[in-house]
Amino acid sequence: MIMLTLLWTDIMVWILIFALIAWGWVISRSPQVKKQWHTIFKSSIAMASATVLLFYLFFTLLDSVHLRLAKTSPGQNTEQQYSEMLSLLDIIFSHNIKNTERTYSAPFATHEYVKSIVIDENGLTTQKHLPLKYVSKDDDLLSKSIVALAVGFVLSLFLILIHLFWRKGRGAFVAMKKVLKGEADLPWRTAYLTLTFLVMTFTWLYILSYSYHVLGTDKVGGDVLYHSLKSIRTGVLIGILTTLIMLPVAVILGVSAGLFGGWVDDVIQYLYTTLSSIPGVLLIAAGVLVMQVTMDNNPTWFETTLERSDLRLLFLIVILGVTSWTGLARLLRAETLKISQIEFVTAAKAFGVGKWTIIRRHIIPNLMHIILISVVLDFSGLVLAEAVLSYVGVGVDPTMHSWGNMINQARLEMAREPMVWWSLFSAFIFMFILVLAANLFSDRIQKVLDPRNDT
Amino acid sequence: MFAYILKRILYAIPILIGVNLITFMLFFMVNTPDDMARAQLGAKQVTPQMIEAWKADKGYDKALFLNKEAKGLEKVTDTLFVQESMKLFSFDFGYSDANRNIGAEIKERMGPSLAIALPTFMIALITNISLALLLVLFRGSALDTSMMIVAVMIMSVSGLFYIIAGQVLFSKMWHWVPISGYEPGWGGIKFIILPILIGVFAGIGSGVRWYRSIFLEQINQDYVRTARAKGLSELKVLFVHVLRNGMLPILTGVVVVIPTLFMGSLIMESFFGIPGLGSYTIDAINSQDFAIVKAMVFLGSVLYIIGLILTDISYTLFDPRVKL
Repeated sequence: MIMLTLLWTDIMVWILIFALIAWGWVISRSPQVKKQWHTIFKSSIAMASATVLLFYLFFTLLDSVHLRLAKTSPGQNTEQQYSEMLSLLDIIFSHNIKNTERTYSAPFATHEYVKSIVIDENGLTTQKHLPLKYVSKDDDLLSKSIVALAVGFVLSLFLILIHLFWRKGRGAFVAMKKVLKGEADLPWRTAYLTLTFLVMTFTWLYILSYSYHVLGTDKVGGDVLYHSLKSIRTGVLIGILTTLIMLPVAVILGVSAGLFGGWVDDVIQYLYTTLSSIPGVLLIAAGVLVMQVTMDNNPTWFETTLERSDLRLLFLIVILGVTSWTGLARLLRAETLKISQIEFVTAAKAFGVGKWTIIRRHIIPNLMHIILISVVLDFSGLVLAEAVLSYVGVGVDPTMHSWGNMINQARLEMAREPMVWWSLFSAFIFMFILVLAANLFSDRIQKVLDPRNDT
Repeated sequence: MFAYILKRILYAIPILIGVNLITFMLFFMVNTPDDMARAQLGAKQVTPQMIEAWKADKGYDKALFLNKEAKGLEKVTDTLFVQESMKLFSFDFGYSDANRNIGAEIKERMGPSLAIALPTFMIALITNISLALLLVLFRGSALDTSMMIVAVMIMSVSGLFYIIAGQVLFSKMWHWVPISGYEPGWGGIKFIILPILIGVFAGIGSGVRWYRSIFLEQINQDYVRTARAKGLSELKVLFVHVLRNGMLPILTGVVVVIPTLFMGSLIMESFFGIPGLGSYTIDAINSQDFAIVKAMVFLGSVLYIIGLILTDISYTLFDPRVKL
């Protein structure tokens, strides 16, 4: 039997996903907004980076469904025994969790990276590289790669066809021709190429991970590929959930400061000036320190280490949200002030339209572009901030998989002789692709939605 | 002018009180003096008497906000909050857990912090502005497009990678500079040159993009068209008109940063073993020394507020349209 157990952050991710889908459904009814998004995706860079972002989101969601599998207990217990909490990603990579080596090994290596002292049958002590336990002995990397790449190609072709059928139904093959010639309304060819590349790379790494440690192993023999993939959830979660916390605060306070004026405006302005005058890292550090003490005093809040690190991640996200709403609130206040002076708002007021209706119908839609731009701009900053915060010691739990923790360890590994470079390298590649895609996508959104770019 | 500055300084006081309130709530209400005493004395066998003695020793044995036993105005003033705030306002930061005077340590560590932060700031400013002007001069060309792509890529890499890569390349493999350490005076250049260069490089992506967008906004203005119509060369238009008018938005972003340079850079200093305020803060965070963190939060806010005031003053100096 399988028991679904969701962590707090899992629940928040899924709420966010459903909110996004609902929001997408709402805006799809407005032809004007639909046209704007169409313009955004007209750029092939936007299309490619959106595909990359979706790929990362897919892994986040895969890692955000936690299960407990039933154990086959030898005794006839009436109570069902459950294993530890596993995410879907853990289940897919269960061979990598199980096949832990002794220590460091380089990518695709067959032997350990450091020499160990061995006493042979003659009683002599020699130093040699011990062979790895879970690496295939037959040396057929090439043939395995070809098979893996072929599987990846077929898989991506399958995904593309599903997407085409979903969009066009019976006309899928005609549409396919158009896409291949680059005549489709949107640069789907770029999106499909990006998808094919990502899926093929991933399948290659995945299939080979059964016979090798494709990105090497870390100090205690854990698989680096698995670490890097698990870190995706941490990075993406910090990027999007912080926004979820920060957005309502920023919108409510920013809009009411701009709209109501008077003492409300004074209080809110005082609030954000005060908060923003405290150096960001220090405020976060202070918050996290206090949180650590509180959690140490209340060990009953969590049962497992997984729940503990999840709670810590949640607190970190809340602290980041509390410290990061000030910038957006300031922008929204200024813009609301500007909008509320325009004739259509004055007219609405003259007609006796209620304050809330004005906010909902006139103010919020005109603030949408600012909110959207700041959300996508903040995302990449938050992913990068996670690494720095973990280094400073106020980031996620040290037991949690995160790029920050990987880099943190890599600092010592780089000082070794010979250097252990693959952990740093993997964290670098995984982070760079995500942040680059987010930056390129936010550039495009800014270019299309920011009215200042009309000239 | 003088009245204006005075007004701004007076306006800073409620903000600093607010900052104090936030830090006080974080450090004293969530983590009460009782908790602190228990943590300091060790978890085992702590009697209430020992906690009271520790609190009395540290001066933490008062009420948090409202002292019910005192009379009159002392009800509010004879509390832990007012006492702690007054100490901070007089820049008396007290003693760290290791029993060292925090104020003296801060004074001592400001120099090394500035030795890194100030050159990084100056060199970055000059490099970023010159590169941005160059790109604006060749705007729309292949050079502009490719440099913008490079800028996004530089932005997308975590600063930690630049530091680690720099240390491995320049110190470990090529042995050009020592890997970490510090000494005051000119002999220390070999220690600070790598952190400065890395700091400049890590910021070049976002910096150039920001200055470029400022200059591009100027270049569409009417006065630029008039200057071109007068027959001025593109170079003259850029350096005389665009640069000078672009200085204003640049000032807002730049002046506010200058006072906070004293705080140093957290990661840079700890990676390179510079005994500045940044590494001081990191050490305090790691050893959970609340007194130091509190002092740094207050100091950082004061410096930031000074930066805001300086920004306003510099506006009035450089923009004749702004009148006080």
